[in-house]
Amino acid sequence: MTLTPVITEHWDSPDLYTLDGYRRFGGYRALEKALKLDPDAIITTVKDSGLRGRGGAGFPTGLKWSFVPQNDGKPHYLVVNADESEPGACKDIPIMMANPHSLVEGVIITSFAIRASQAFIYIRGEVPNALRKVASAVAEARRAGLIGKNILGSGFDLEIVVHAGAGAYICGEETALLDSLEGLRGQPRLKPPFPAVAGLYASPTVINNVETICNIPYIVDRGVDWFRQFGTEKSPGFKVWAVSGHVNNPGIFEAPLGITMRELLGYAGGVRGDGKVKFWLPGGSSVPLLTAEHLDLPLTYEEMAAAGTMLGTGTPMIFDETVSVVKAVTRWLEFYKHESCGKCTPCREGTFWITGVLETFEHGHGKESDLELLVSACNQISGRSFCALGDAAATPFPAALKYFRDEFVAATESPVDEKFDPVASYIYAGAATR
Amino acid sequence: MSENFTTDVVPMVSVTIDGVVIEVPKGTLAIRAAELIGIEIPRFCDHPLLEPVAACRACLIEVEGMPKPQPACAQVVNDGMTIRTQESSEVAKDAQEGVMEFLLINHPLDCPVCDKGGECPLQNQSMSAGRPESRFEGEKRIFEKPINVSAQILLDRERCVSCARCTRFAEQIAGDPMIELLERGANQQVGVADEQPFDSYFSGNTIQICPVGALTSTSYRFRSRPFDLVSVPSTCEHCASGCSLRTDYRRGEITRRLAWDSPEVNEEWNCDKGRFGFTYLTDGRITTPLVRENGELRPASWPEAIDVAARGLAAAGSSTGVLTGGRLTQEDAYGYAKFARAILGTDNIDFRARATSSEETQYLRSAIAGTPVTVTYDALEKAPFVLLVAFEPEDESPMIFLRLRKAKTTVVSLGAVATRGLKKMGGTLLATKPGQEALVLRALPDHVKAALAQPGAVILVGERIAASAGGPSALAEVAAQTGASVAWVPRRAGERGALDVGALAGLLPGGRPITNDDARNEVAGVWGVDADALPRVIGLSGENIINAGSRENLRAFVIAGVDPVDLPDPEVTAVALARTAFIVSLDHHHSEFTQAADVVLPVALVTEKAGTFIDWEGRPRPFGQVFKDALAMSDATILGMLAKALGKQAGVWDGAGLRRELAELGQWTGVREELPSTGSAPLMSDAFRLASWRELLDAGVMQDGEPFLAATARPVIALISEAAAKQLGSPETITVGGPTGSVTLPVEIGDVIDDVVFLPMHSTGCSIYRDLGARIGSAVDVSAGGAA
Amino acid sequence: MAISEQTLESMRDIVARYPQSRSALLPMLHLVQSAEGEVTAEGIAACADMLGISKAEVTGVSTFYTMYKRKPVGEHHIGVCVNTLCGLLGGDAVYEALSQRLGVGHNEPTADGKFSLERIECQAACTHAPVMTVDWEFMDDVTPSSAIDVVDRLARGEQVASTRGPAIRNFKATEYTLAFPDDGLEGDGNSVDDKMLAGLRYAKEHNMAAPQFGQEA
Repeated sequence: MTLTPVITEHWDSPDLYTLDGYRRFGGYRALEKALKLDPDAIITTVKDSGLRGRGGAGFPTGLKWSFVPQNDGKPHYLVVNADESEPGACKDIPIMMANPHSLVEGVIITSFAIRASQAFIYIRGEVPNALRKVASAVAEARRAGLIGKNILGSGFDLEIVVHAGAGAYICGEETALLDSLEGLRGQPRLKPPFPAVAGLYASPTVINNVETICNIPYIVDRGVDWFRQFGTEKSPGFKVWAVSGHVNNPGIFEAPLGITMRELLGYAGGVRGDGKVKFWLPGGSSVPLLTAEHLDLPLTYEEMAAAGTMLGTGTPMIFDETVSVVKAVTRWLEFYKHESCGKCTPCREGTFWITGVLETFEHGHGKESDLELLVSACNQISGRSFCALGDAAATPFPAALKYFRDEFVAATESPVDEKFDPVASYIYAGAATR
Repeated sequence: MSENFTTDVVPMVSVTIDGVVIEVPKGTLAIRAAELIGIEIPRFCDHPLLEPVAACRACLIEVEGMPKPQPACAQVVNDGMTIRTQESSEVAKDAQEGVMEFLLINHPLDCPVCDKGGECPLQNQSMSAGRPESRFEGEKRIFEKPINVSAQILLDRERCVSCARCTRFAEQIAGDPMIELLERGANQQVGVADEQPFDSYFSGNTIQICPVGALTSTSYRFRSRPFDLVSVPSTCEHCASGCSLRTDYRRGEITRRLAWDSPEVNEEWNCDKGRFGFTYLTDGRITTPLVRENGELRPASWPEAIDVAARGLAAAGSSTGVLTGGRLTQEDAYGYAKFARAILGTDNIDFRARATSSEETQYLRSAIAGTPVTVTYDALEKAPFVLLVAFEPEDESPMIFLRLRKAKTTVVSLGAVATRGLKKMGGTLLATKPGQEALVLRALPDHVKAALAQPGAVILVGERIAASAGGPSALAEVAAQTGASVAWVPRRAGERGALDVGALAGLLPGGRPITNDDARNEVAGVWGVDADALPRVIGLSGENIINAGSRENLRAFVIAGVDPVDLPDPEVTAVALARTAFIVSLDHHHSEFTQAADVVLPVALVTEKAGTFIDWEGRPRPFGQVFKDALAMSDATILGMLAKALGKQAGVWDGAGLRRELAELGQWTGVREELPSTGSAPLMSDAFRLASWRELLDAGVMQDGEPFLAATARPVIALISEAAAKQLGSPETITVGGPTGSVTLPVEIGDVIDDVVFLPMHSTGCSIYRDLGARIGSAVDVSAGGAA
Repeated sequence: MAISEQTLESMRDIVARYPQSRSALLPMLHLVQSAEGEVTAEGIAACADMLGISKAEVTGVSTFYTMYKRKPVGEHHIGVCVNTLCGLLGGDAVYEALSQRLGVGHNEPTADGKFSLERIECQAACTHAPVMTVDWEFMDDVTPSSAIDVVDRLARGEQVASTRGPAIRNFKATEYTLAFPDDGLEGDGNSVDDKMLAGLRYAKEHNMAAPQFGQEA
């Protein structure tokens, strides 16, 4: 399958981040078109396009929009989830740094469709360079009359606030993000009510991922048929794939959904060294890992689910044979423990426990019987925690155990660093010897 | 009124729980539905009076059609739903056991030294829903312990299970979010900010609802084990809210008090004064009768003391004033009402130990005494509009405050200060200088009048209306014009009961006018006395009794449970005590009155007798005797002994008998006294006016001996407006001067009328009668500076 | 240190952005850090006062998010990603090297107050692993020696450019950007690099393109 740059098509244009630079390639043409349409027609178009959320869950975007009650007399809000913090996910931040106006245009069109006159772009605080790019684009767009009162004479009013987070992975969970945006601790909310009915300030709210929103101008401008020629029936469209890890040319590759990992590896210069993949994850640490045997599966929501994993954020991480899976999983669990919000018992206590036990394996004094304990503890979290963070935390270990049990058993004998020299997995050439 | 309310008929839904089909009201949560068929699902974060949060996950159940186990505490049952709890579902059982195991991995095994041990939901549920052995072998999380979240409350963080009941209570119920969840993940913990302790009037409730031993009180910590305590249902004696309490004692001493479940009154809450203010009961008791000899009080036997008292009272006859204080049970107050009329032959009686007025007296006799319950807590919750007049609920009746917060009704306060309490109720201020309530009531804005005309609208009037000239009259006018219901909310637990039983000049029990022949005949009949022997002219009331004493117009006082600092004119009171020939004091603790008395008769504490308080609603709140083997006698019993010594009889004097007599008398259905209609508010000069009320935690004697509670009181400050402060040069302290003295206090800027200064009425370092000789509404001198 | 009137004025500007004032809390706390170098008790009190909430509520928020610091941060705050991918691809060694060089551990400032160091979680730049941040600006593809070089140059007062972003300023300046994001630096430095263009360049070199509108595949 070939690469198909759409969102990334003009990233090599040095002034793309400016309004002029964006307009040079037809920027805001979709907005002009959209403002002449009936908002409901836009919702229908997006529904028909089959676009699915690019934040990880893959929920149909148009359907999400259609849940917002209309003519309810309440303000509606659009909140863009730009809290990209999932380990392995690194595509929204590049989009915002390279082409912030594509996000802004998408926000304006989406707000128009769902009848929101206030939108928020919630960007994680640790990436000021994405924040300033988007803030500058918003300011430029406002000066050009693309935001504010009576946009392009349409009678549509919109304000956009660019909001910085402050370091909390959980705020990528949409209801935690809303609490955070309301100035609270970013802990997830009880559902129902769902955000579409009672979200930000208890008003109907749509929360969409950055990449999802960036698809909107293209769908509105070029139509459903054009969009659906990419991807599959259930996973239509293109995707900004970010390939990282032990590959020769890591980076951003835009291609239709349905491309295989092997194809992507080809574009990314292949796995370094002997070219062997030990394990890989299609989209973030929260999806079960796969091995070399899965490289030819189409990267779609449905195929990944059939393989027992998930497409997630569509940002594959590749690990070669220098990497200890025990160490990798332990590190992820340390992440989930650090990022658990503390609200619910299974996630708060479970990540604390599991991480401690995994660390005994990493240090070479794990007990084989603890492998079953770990599985059991993961089962006590999975499906029982308040939100998906707990489920995510319960994911890496069982998947790793499925394919690499021997490595865990070996870790009852000696520290993993003895078998896997950490230096061997360093990516930079001539890595210093320890 | 009632016909204007539509009765909401909640539709029923049918749900199957563990194979049992039941019908429950729509909207019922699965955890409650299961309770109805006797299935107890484990829970920690769940509390019926708090919003569901579904955080602890201990209550996971299986719901047919849902892929994952659901939290029963947040799962609303729908019609036709099939639910399987731990009783019939392995999934639910396994999920619950898993959560229990997680909760215990970081929980210390210090149950043997934990206050909660023996009554601990975690301990109990780990036995019923946990696994016998833990698989956790790591190191438990530890914290430095304990930390003070307030002077009164300690927190052992390692015991906390992050259920957030305490923080949710603070935010949702009390409106005092000074405790919060801090940190994140496994480090999440409850805490306070630097220099802002959890000084909420309601903080003690968090200890009670904590499902583990994380929150404990300074006063009870390590004092007892729950299974060593004897528990007795009680009613709080601190105010007219009428809270149900549970009093726990051990070896004859109260160890603690808890809020007890009374859905129609205090729900499951109480205030910290009611919870922690009980040490006064045991410290400094008067244990024997005392009689004065050669100018000194000396212990005496009961027969001697009764004899001396009877002789003195016989000599004084009807030239006696009876002051009953306002803290007595209804039974005891009734004893005094009867004793004054039938034994002493006097109508000089009053229960009000505070500023009064004849206008108020008339209002209470006409509109309140012996009237049936109209406004209830439930009515407040449903009221579309509540007008507060001379009433600060958070300080003066904390359960009304909580109920109004819960109600989210529109609240308007006619007062001089938009207090934090008012803001917490979402209320707004109708600016009124203290003393000018009548003026504002007679010129209410149209929107307030319209709001009051709505069905179910309520006016809550506090006892401070008494001293506001024209206030009671104007109140009666507004009620008549708008149709709003009026509830009178006195501060003290015994005031409404005393009013209902006739412990007020001009009133016989049940609201009967003493001037009415039928009323007198009815009462005389029940008392078994000659109606002609009862006074038929209205006697002295309120401050007139003290004034008469000071002019040597009375020959004796019978005084029960009155604290002289409560009376608005300390100098006149002192003169009255000095000049009155004979004083009998019935009390359990010493005061200026007992010190001035010729005979002191020790009476039973509230814990040593059964009795009834009538709360502000008019609802009887009976309670039992805590210390069953207590020897002390109730006031009424002693009055019976005095009656006998005086050679007179009037019915019975024991508690049960008195209640029977009251039941027999019932409420007066005849003609009542007219409402007052004469008073008008005074014109006011430009001087600063004094606004004041008693803060919940202050220098009151019933808070004696509880330093931790006292440490959570509000700081004693002078509250003025920003403009006033600016005019005074933004001083850090101001001096407020009255006729007899002045106080200097730190300034706090608040939402106060510009030419009004608020001072706490009777707090440590500021008691307006004693220190200023000023009353509410008095003109006072305000100047910058002075030594605080 | 008392919060200055200028900072309070800026807080009011932040509050004015939002339909409900409490939404301003996160940027306000960033602003506090831009003035104080950490979240101080005075900063907490100022936020609580302005928003009409309790200090405990502000503290609950400030302790929830890892970017808010409870003790002074260095003039430059260095982050090294030690999450699985960056850590195993060399971030662990980068962190160790910096820790040794600076003589400080996680979330500790150097004695001279010049630097502080933090083990950070995934920075959304995995394609550029191992990732370091200086005052939260990207320092992509670092090695122990290149990381030490960055620190040394900063210590000498030399100008250092972010690999994808403007020239490094200092921690407080970045915190100000987080409170007021439109900081005028969007044109400074390069934000799109080879790795972000890897796919686009490959496509161009191999004549791959998405079908344009009206052009069916």
